[in-house]
Amino acid sequence: MELIGRFLEKNGLIVAFLLVGLLMYLSEILSRRLTNRKIPGSAIAILAGLTLAYWGGLYSGGEKGVADLKIFSGFGLMGGAMFRDFAIVSTAMGASFTVMRQTGWVGALSLFLGIVLSFVGGVAVGLLWGYTDAVSLTTIGAGACTYIVGPVTGAAIGASSDVMALSIAAGVVKAVVVTIGTPLMARSIGLNNPHTAMIFGGLMGTTSGVSAGLAATDPKLVPYGALTATFYTGLGCLACPSVLYLLMRLVFGG
Amino acid sequence: MIIYGVAILAFCYVMGQLAGELLGQLIGVDANVGGVGFAMLLLILFNDWFTQKGYTDRLTEGGIQFWSQMYIPIVVAMSATQNVKVAVSSGLIAVLAGVVPVLLCGAVIPLLAKLTTPKTTEQHGAYRPVS
Repeated sequence: MELIGRFLEKNGLIVAFLLVGLLMYLSEILSRRLTNRKIPGSAIAILAGLTLAYWGGLYSGGEKGVADLKIFSGFGLMGGAMFRDFAIVSTAMGASFTVMRQTGWVGALSLFLGIVLSFVGGVAVGLLWGYTDAVSLTTIGAGACTYIVGPVTGAAIGASSDVMALSIAAGVVKAVVVTIGTPLMARSIGLNNPHTAMIFGGLMGTTSGVSAGLAATDPKLVPYGALTATFYTGLGCLACPSVLYLLMRLVFGG
Repeated sequence: MIIYGVAILAFCYVMGQLAGELLGQLIGVDANVGGVGFAMLLLILFNDWFTQKGYTDRLTEGGIQFWSQMYIPIVVAMSATQNVKVAVSSGLIAVLAGVVPVLLCGAVIPLLAKLTTPKTTEQHGAYRPVS
């Protein structure tokens, strides 16, 4: 038993290829048999991945989902930022430069709007829960952008550690909600063309959520959404601790 | 050769990410600003350029296509490594602070899409008022 465990750990990445392949095969069968292809196999597989991550977190008490279990450690490499970004870049092969150029300025506008709206939404929830100081409110608002913007902002303006943890949690919730929610709301927000996908990426911003959500909706839209979403975290880290924090200080004092 | 395609992709990735890191440093934030975006634009430009020059090789292309086919499995692996436990267990405020922005932004999407749809009639010059 120990030998098998050590073997699986040593060959982590390849084991992850095998397990993800199996998971996708089973999801495809479920999609065909149970839902008559109404829910795409990739959406079921992503949902199964999230469930596994929850179980892994409960079981190991770690932060990296199923990758905290030694025999599944390869998932961390396969699903890590390096492979993810490499694969996202490769999807640009199927994208049209003309569409991107036409939608370029809308992408920029949606980025700006996405950061401000998310921030305001986060601040409103913070207010509702009785936070009144500019530092905490800004950190929660930044966490509502992405789970990277939250702690970066909190560290820059000196937020307490529980507020920082809260902002990370808010960002993770957002990523999960976008992942699950995108295929569900795609029809009602008209998310079926590259133009809307670029707006969607800029407004939602969470790269992991947008890339997983669009993959489950229509893989052809992935490069367009990813292109704008990739600027979001950086711009959020720029805007939240500076302009938005100063505005918050004007409003709430501090 | 397959490896040429993978190498071209890797070149775009490295250059784009580097540009993102530099841009981040330039504007003074501790994050990569648009690295993946720059890499994607570079790959699109390369693709255009190669097609125009007539350098198309199915195997080279296969080296890039392979990775775009691996994209969804990688996303599945990524979801399996998210900190879902924190998202579920940290209480209603975190859940709301994550959900409210998504709803807010989702509501704006149709509006923004409608306002900014390229006007095809004007573009092709089919309609032009005489003044």
